[in-house]
Amino acid sequence: MTFLGMPLAHAPRGVGHLRGDEPFPRAARTALANPQLRRNVQHATTTIRGKSGRVIAELPDWQDLRAAGSALKAYTMANLPRLLEQLEAKVTEAGGVVHWAADAAEANRIVTGLVRATGEQRVLKIKSMATQEIGLNEALADAGITPVETDLAELIVQLGDDKPSHILVPAIHRNRSEIREIFLRAMPGVDPALTDDPPVLAAAARRYLRETFLTTKVAVSGANFGIAETGTLTVVESEGNGRMCLTLPDTLITVMGIEKVVPTWQDLEVFLQLLPRASTGERMNPYTSMWQGVTPGDGPQSFHLVLLDNGRSAVLADEVGRSALHCIRCSACLNVCPVYERTGGHAYGSVYPGPIGAVLSPQLTGVEDNASLPYASSLCGACFDACPVKIDIPSILVHLRNQVPHPAAEKAVMAAAAYTMDRPRLYARAQRAAKFTKLVGKRGRGLPPPLNGWSAARDLPTPPPESFRDWWRSR
Amino acid sequence: MSSKDLILGRVRAALADDPAVPEVPRSYRREFPPADLDVLIDRLVDYKAVVHRGSDVAAIVGDIIGAGTLVVPPGLPKSWLPPESPARVDAAPGIGLGPETGPHSWLDQAAIVAADGVVTGAAVAIAETGTIVLDGSPDQGRRILTLLPDLHICVLRPDQVVASVPEAIARLDPARPLTWISGPSATSDIELNRVEGVHGPRNLHVIIWEAA
Amino acid sequence: MRIALFATCLADTMFPAAAKATVLLLERLGHEVVFPEAQTCCGQMHINTGYQKEALPLVRRYVRTFEPYDVIVAPSGSCTGSIRHQHKTVANAAGDKGLAAGAEEVAGRTYELSELLVDVLKVEDVGAYYPHRVTYHPTCHSLRMLRVGDRPLRLLRRVRGLDLVELPAAEQCCGFGGTFAVKNADTSTAMLADKMRHVLDTGADVCTAGDTSCLMHIGGGLSRLRTGVTTVHLAEILASTEKA
Repeated sequence: MTFLGMPLAHAPRGVGHLRGDEPFPRAARTALANPQLRRNVQHATTTIRGKSGRVIAELPDWQDLRAAGSALKAYTMANLPRLLEQLEAKVTEAGGVVHWAADAAEANRIVTGLVRATGEQRVLKIKSMATQEIGLNEALADAGITPVETDLAELIVQLGDDKPSHILVPAIHRNRSEIREIFLRAMPGVDPALTDDPPVLAAAARRYLRETFLTTKVAVSGANFGIAETGTLTVVESEGNGRMCLTLPDTLITVMGIEKVVPTWQDLEVFLQLLPRASTGERMNPYTSMWQGVTPGDGPQSFHLVLLDNGRSAVLADEVGRSALHCIRCSACLNVCPVYERTGGHAYGSVYPGPIGAVLSPQLTGVEDNASLPYASSLCGACFDACPVKIDIPSILVHLRNQVPHPAAEKAVMAAAAYTMDRPRLYARAQRAAKFTKLVGKRGRGLPPPLNGWSAARDLPTPPPESFRDWWRSR
Repeated sequence: MSSKDLILGRVRAALADDPAVPEVPRSYRREFPPADLDVLIDRLVDYKAVVHRGSDVAAIVGDIIGAGTLVVPPGLPKSWLPPESPARVDAAPGIGLGPETGPHSWLDQAAIVAADGVVTGAAVAIAETGTIVLDGSPDQGRRILTLLPDLHICVLRPDQVVASVPEAIARLDPARPLTWISGPSATSDIELNRVEGVHGPRNLHVIIWEAA
Repeated sequence: MRIALFATCLADTMFPAAAKATVLLLERLGHEVVFPEAQTCCGQMHINTGYQKEALPLVRRYVRTFEPYDVIVAPSGSCTGSIRHQHKTVANAAGDKGLAAGAEEVAGRTYELSELLVDVLKVEDVGAYYPHRVTYHPTCHSLRMLRVGDRPLRLLRRVRGLDLVELPAAEQCCGFGGTFAVKNADTSTAMLADKMRHVLDTGADVCTAGDTSCLMHIGGGLSRLRTGVTTVHLAEILASTEKA
């Protein structure tokens, strides 16, 4: 696929975590068979929906903030080249070094090279979707460098040899007693009397990571916002692991998707109101750090910013799909999604699960590599209502379904249906002939796939003696 | 071709349809009544900070820290510390709380880790969200200082409190290292419930300093 | 008032009772109902499954068929939603500016049944009688695409003999989603199971909604489990009187 002579550059295959091993329906079937997983995800998403709803209701201007956030993102995308160059200039002026990474492989090369240059063997990691996306941990490990995830949920995933299943809370699929078991099994030096009380579990993580924070010289972070006007980078977090990583090491490397740039300092007043309330359901998250380049005597004295494309420019080329880049990674759409609530995040294959993942992942990789994801939604629209920057996810899903290579049999059926429906007389004859249920019974015995998916749990409707059309004529 | 040129070229090509640039509607609240201290206190307490009000900051600090050890930034008013406090000052050599406290130097990490608490001022506080913001001014110090001790005592003047996020943004300088703090360290990572106490200070005390 | 009925292909073919009820209800309220026979399907299934091109003739057919009428009613939130929010997009994607303009205009005159009754005809008490315990499922497209809000509930509350019980977690999707129920049958079934549990928890003997498609889904599940709870379109309840 090309765009005005310029080939669309999707995220390359073979590196990173944007593609699953199996199509969504099959992966979902595995997840649905795990009742513990469903209970955990349902419990957590129900909790967060309640919290978020309450703090959003406190703001009389929530809809105005959403409108401003949406417009700011559209403005940003339309001015992306200028804003990125401005950000680069400002960061450089403030003592940082800016690198440009066309794809995951290049970003991994840059970061690994920067860590190698310090001579260090271990790096602290702050939870970052961009570094998950590019598979940075694997690249570092291949280079003999140990990445230590410091976010509690990432730590649970890392210690449990598991995969993240949520944008904000990668271990959302684990409940407190499972977390306790993972800690007892895999956390060196853990107190064997550990209980599953959440504050006790949090304290165990504090003890475990403390020494590592104090002795590690390099940290890698993502960024929630990069302000073009001032070169200020922002990381929004809860636990203080972010502050540790952004303050204690000598070297800080921040990997930021090019869509995360924000035009002006003032614009933060919008996003810092939207993000915490939509995300963790807090009026404000416990900690937000902002820094501009290097501050003499305070914090890392060497700062690198890696600007990542990895398919984002290809997303930007799609007039309808480009608004998926407006995402501020709050995960509100996951928390309200009836599909996500039942399947959890692993079923989506990509590090970006849920409704936003279903529109972002296929666009980053090219739809053919994630062809089942645009269909992983009942189009109920709850995600659109919940999105703090008003991304019309259902419309993008429908749009992407037009780009997916369709199965030949389905194509034939759809074409035939459209043909018939465009010919009322033929259509009326087909209606009279369609005594479908009479042939297979209301239980639909013997129906071929995919129709047997319906009849496995639902009876077919009993066909009426006459169509409405025939009744109308006979009146 | 450099990666920068490659990426910018791709982005420009992607925007070849010349998308409409919307006017950003700033219809959200941007003018606010004076901050309500009671709202600030309510929000701080809701997020498990301990709030004190009074004119004798030193006495309140003394009650909180007891026999514990303190570290403080170089520009902290000396009158905020109990007279008997052996507070260690984190400062470039030659800068300190005043000649009577003697010469100072940057504290090393071990000294900060060993402290029981830190006392700072603040740049601004936001009532609606229960947030205090530090900007590295002399009464707030380096970021490490408020990170490693398990107790952070933050002294606020009522005139530093604004009602809303937009007012705070307008007061802050994006060139300074900023730390926004809303309650003690917490996590929502276990079943999406907020639980206090992970890596940052587990105890946050806010003293609202009111004239006697 | 002269009202053109868009019966929708599903009601026309499989659930004529909903379309008939719409006719009888509006006539009882003193309006003239016409059924333009050139109508077939709004194209929603094609559009939502990724066959926008194939849907183009259906969009054109809808617009041409209903252009002459001032007021059009459909006993379906999702078909009305498709007409209002997708037809113009399909026309534009095909580069047909004229059709897009026509689609927008006709969409502006197309109402879902509860919208027509409450907003256009300004009636909430339609004189219905329906002695059953009923729970209402607000289908996703009525709720979030059309924002019909509590209009259906306002109509139901005025039905004599009807015991309206609130559906827990009402705003959650039933899992139908058109071809979603076939392509992601397992997930759809899990969603349906929760919806059915909530319906059964109400103790209602009838579950109603403004969409035959969602009702087909919920009803298919309730029937398979032999729950005895039936699904009935909102129009049928509103058309019901002591005589019939």
